[in-house]
Amino acid sequence: MAGTAGGVAVELRGVGKAFGGVVALMGIDLSVSRHSRVGIVGPSGGGKTTLLQIVAGLLEATTGLVCVGDATSARRRLTHCALMPQRDLLLPWRTALDNAAIALENRGVSRAEARERTRPLFERFGLASFEGARPAQLSGGMRQRVSFLRTLMAGKDILLLDEPFGALDSITRAQMQDWLVRAMETVPRTVLLVTHDVEEALLLSQRVVILSERPGRVVRVIDAGHHPRGSRREIVTSRQFVSLKEQALEALGS
Amino acid sequence: MSETAREAPREAGPAPPIPPRSHRALGVGWRWGLPALVLLAGTGLWELILRLAQVPEYLLPTPSEIAADMKADWPVLQPALFVTAREVLLGFVISAAAGVGLAVLLHLFSALRRAVYPLLIGSQTVPIIVLAPILVILFGYGIVPKLVIVALVCFFPIVINGIDGLRSVDAELISMMRTLDASRWAILRRVEFPAALPSIFSGMRIAATFASIGAVFGEWSGSNQGLGYVMLAATPNLLTARIFAAIVLLTVIALALFGAVSLLERIFVPWAPRRNRERGPAGHPPTRPASPGPTGAA
Repeated sequence: MAGTAGGVAVELRGVGKAFGGVVALMGIDLSVSRHSRVGIVGPSGGGKTTLLQIVAGLLEATTGLVCVGDATSARRRLTHCALMPQRDLLLPWRTALDNAAIALENRGVSRAEARERTRPLFERFGLASFEGARPAQLSGGMRQRVSFLRTLMAGKDILLLDEPFGALDSITRAQMQDWLVRAMETVPRTVLLVTHDVEEALLLSQRVVILSERPGRVVRVIDAGHHPRGSRREIVTSRQFVSLKEQALEALGS
Repeated sequence: MSETAREAPREAGPAPPIPPRSHRALGVGWRWGLPALVLLAGTGLWELILRLAQVPEYLLPTPSEIAADMKADWPVLQPALFVTAREVLLGFVISAAAGVGLAVLLHLFSALRRAVYPLLIGSQTVPIIVLAPILVILFGYGIVPKLVIVALVCFFPIVINGIDGLRSVDAELISMMRTLDASRWAILRRVEFPAALPSIFSGMRIAATFASIGAVFGEWSGSNQGLGYVMLAATPNLLTARIFAAIVLLTVIALALFGAVSLLERIFVPWAPRRNRERGPAGHPPTRPASPGPTGAA
């Protein structure tokens, strides 16, 4: 059943989820190969976050099969995935460095060693000299970077990003998108990115899955991996990108 | 060293997290000056009315008579102050330790919480201070019945605030910790307990104001020392000024305890926004709109 050998990181077959009488997701089929990036776009309330929580192992699907690596049970899926929530959820009583290092501490690494192992990444992620800052002292973009770093430090192969830049203004969001693409090139991971922003999904992922309104179903899968190299402006205005965006928006019904 | 955009930090250096706006602007002087002024005016009025009405000291002493008595009776009051302060402090510490311990226990074991929590609320209908005579029968005239009474009086606000603080932690924070391999213990230690601290301290500040009442009732039920005993002994002799002096000292004990708890909170909960403390556990500072720095270009 498990698709580890074929390089499949996440496999969903006929996954559905109902909360009481409310059906959030229906018949979701999705296969994500290792170290690829898949964007999930859909209207709000369409069960995108629920889908991520099911993959993460925080929720159990009502119907269907969920397979992450070789894990099918929710408890075991938790050990394969790290979830970056919509809000940065940094702990105000911890410094930026200690927030980012918390996953290591959870695994029993001493605080001193967890810090030492996290510190080098602060520099790489443009957070140098802010190790000792409290979350309230950081800008929104920096908090989101610390939150991402915390997710990364969990050392999981699969990163589940739930609208990671949704709370940021458009300029900061654009910077963070560029930053994330570069970060993912240096540390390859399997990424499931939930967003309501079609452009963000197309820019950041190789494949974009469009979900319908509730109950969420896969309406369309768009291959987005081949837009031309170049600056952000060149990409988003290229004919190919515009046409992909049109396809996606059409599938969303807008 | 990094090609990523640098954003200016929101505040340079280790500035306090969220500067409270309105009252800070008026300065610390006003925060304490205004109530002090009202207190002074009230005492002055008290003095004036009693002097004009020529009320005898044994009926109702004036503030200046109380002050004079405090000075004259200091050899009696000072040892009594120490006895009562010790009862209050020890009882409070026992209560805080037991209260926080029970709160954590009830939080960890939800079945236990469902069984005990309603009883805990219900137990508050028992007027604890009237238990004092029974405790004296049980434990004698020593310090023990006073400690028990103080601890019982302080216990409830600490436990209830503790449990509420632990329970009101953002569920998303806990989900996030679970995906980061946190055990139940790690979640308690790294998320729930720190998040509940402001609430626990609120409970302790409420308890601090109750503690001296408990000690006095304990002393009234059977003792031969302490401020409560001094008051009791002064009553038949109509030493009214001495009773008031003892009351002033009891207030001083309560205020000192309250101040000590607030100071500990500042030390252990440095992240809590000062003005919002009363609103309960601050799991997360409010999200503010992000502002890219002046050099914020990619």
